[in-house]
Amino acid sequence: MAESDNIVVETAEKIFADLADPQTINNDKKNSWQAPLWQALSEAGLPLSWVPDDLGGSGASLADGFALLNAAGRFAVAVPLAETMLAGWLLAQAKIASPEGEMTVLPASPKDRILLDADGALSGRARGVPFAKAAKHFAVLAHGKDGVSVALVDATKARIETGLNVGYDHSDTVTLNKVQPTAIKPASKGFDQTTMMLMGGVVRSLQIAGALESMLDISVRYSNERVAFEKKISKFQAVQHNLARLAGESAAALAAATSAADAIANAKSFDDAVYLEAAAAKIRCAEAAEKGGAIAHQVHGAIGFTMEHILHRYSMRALAWRDDFGSESHWAVELGKLVANRGADELWPLVASR
Amino acid sequence: MTAALRFDPIRLPEKCEQLRKEVRAFLAEEIAAGTFDPHKPNREDTDAPEFSRRVGAKGWLGMTWPKKYGGQERSFLERYVVTEEMRVANAPTRRFFVADRQSGPVLLKYAPEHIKMDILPRICRGEICFAIGMSEPNSGSDLFAAKTRATKTDGGYLINGTKIWTSSAHIADYMIAIFRTSQPTKENRRHGLTQFLVKMKQPGIKVNPIGQITGQYEFNEVVFTDFFVPDDHVLGEVDGAWKQATSELAYERSGPERFLETYYVLTELVRAVGPDPDTRSAEGIGRLVAQLHTMRRMSVSVAGMLQAGKEPVVEASIVKDIGTVWEQQLPHRVRDLAAFVEETATNRETLERQLDFAIKTAPKLTIQGGTTEVLRGIIARGLGLR
Repeated sequence: MAESDNIVVETAEKIFADLADPQTINNDKKNSWQAPLWQALSEAGLPLSWVPDDLGGSGASLADGFALLNAAGRFAVAVPLAETMLAGWLLAQAKIASPEGEMTVLPASPKDRILLDADGALSGRARGVPFAKAAKHFAVLAHGKDGVSVALVDATKARIETGLNVGYDHSDTVTLNKVQPTAIKPASKGFDQTTMMLMGGVVRSLQIAGALESMLDISVRYSNERVAFEKKISKFQAVQHNLARLAGESAAALAAATSAADAIANAKSFDDAVYLEAAAAKIRCAEAAEKGGAIAHQVHGAIGFTMEHILHRYSMRALAWRDDFGSESHWAVELGKLVANRGADELWPLVASR
Repeated sequence: MTAALRFDPIRLPEKCEQLRKEVRAFLAEEIAAGTFDPHKPNREDTDAPEFSRRVGAKGWLGMTWPKKYGGQERSFLERYVVTEEMRVANAPTRRFFVADRQSGPVLLKYAPEHIKMDILPRICRGEICFAIGMSEPNSGSDLFAAKTRATKTDGGYLINGTKIWTSSAHIADYMIAIFRTSQPTKENRRHGLTQFLVKMKQPGIKVNPIGQITGQYEFNEVVFTDFFVPDDHVLGEVDGAWKQATSELAYERSGPERFLETYYVLTELVRAVGPDPDTRSAEGIGRLVAQLHTMRRMSVSVAGMLQAGKEPVVEASIVKDIGTVWEQQLPHRVRDLAAFVEETATNRETLERQLDFAIKTAPKLTIQGGTTEVLRGIIARGLGLR
């Protein structure tokens, strides 16, 4: 899906190709490529794609934003583009304007809760928050006595314990201790933490699908270059069959992720059918990251295991993204409960509802 | 990109949902009337001729074909809905399914007009059954190795040789088969095979049933001895069947029948586990449902490509590969997850009976309609590896 038919994706792909070329990134051990990339993305208005004009954003459609994030996955970019987009989207749910600069959302795990005290202060801990260390602001979903609220929080007011995920990106623990938000408003009706986790999960699914597409691409290319036992390894049937399976995993991830994104972009509400789409996408894409990543590494042999080779940029990030906004274990249990609760005879009608 | 694999999120249009309701209502009536038991996979050879006629009368056979041949000129997506509802209900579709999916489209493309006018309306009415004669003893997936000869004679061809693994040959009225009309050439080892329409139940054809490990009789050995096929029963180009056969594979390989053959064990697991599952059961069911949903999205997407007039051979091969591996593993996963289902669960016995049948069915799923190895070869070709 190299050719794109919308201007948002075209713009993003051009910026990625110019400033986030994998080899350039790989050769830059000091990560000095990140600042110009972020600046270019910001100047193009992409981090605030999902924020309406009147709230300070560029007002792109959900569908365009999803396609943009799929492209970001193909480049496995390590700047908080997805996180800032999600934060802007979350703030817009409560009609809070987005500030400039890097943002991220919290909580990033369905198991964590941020609580809103009676005096309007926020407290709680959020683990595995992507790019918290790089963020200037947090978009926070908080539970109070009167329901769910969305808040904008200045990052300097939080305690951040830094951590790294398996893709060497920041995945931090953020603790809010009676923090007064910059802005806070009730979330729109029906919006809750599950909605936010499903949305985040679909974003990660699109990124994983994109990364798998790149893994397939570079693995096929490598197999056509590398010679072993006096033949290109692409001519060995065992290698061909492995790559066919990688193509299958990549295709499954792309189908699940784009279907879920399409479902959300066209849904009136986050009903059971959207829940199925989003949860299934996160589960299936995570499984594809595991199976597909293993094949990509197998094809590349020892070279793909080195820091010098670009494969790890895709494979390790795809594995890391499994953990954000609910792991596949979490969503599988939740989806399994939903299915069991609706009963055996309702399973097929649910699957066939779309 | 190396391979532009796309699976666009095609949605079934509104009229499909209306159709789905009609199909469900029809199947509910058939179940109530005792035509078949949805909770019992077809163990017996219930080829159900009357059921076929009633499906035909509904206009659900040859749905996408031109009206002048008895079709309905409806979309592939509508046909898709009918297929999946029949499959999920365990309806006895064997008598009409091959004709509807494959044989009819082959005739539409390659048969002379008078044969189309004769046979296609009868398929649409659910009156006739088709078999497909591809494999032979010692050939199987290697179709180039097919030896059964069609020798030119006055007004037609004489057939001598044996086809094998031919599903439904014992009840079929017709078979579409490939026979060798000349030897392969040095330049093209695919040369020399021709597609024929064969009228069954004639002198010169002997059908010998072959028992399957499920206890069913479904496939057969078919022996031809100086069997006469008239000239107008040649389908398409003499010696050129290979190209004809491969371009239609997308129809055979991406449909819902390619991941739903053992689906019933999943429903029964959900029933046995009940409304309040433990974590292990819930996670297991959740993963299986996510995988099923994803395959269905891929399969619907390919149906959309077919509707758009494309030939998604690689995409269809991917769906069949993933789909059949999944439906093969499904009974084993369900068995594993069912290990702690209460002995007193009301449907425990049904579940075990179904698992027994599904486990015996499983080995064939990655063989029929293109083996996993052949499919992965096609996908590898699509990736530019060969």
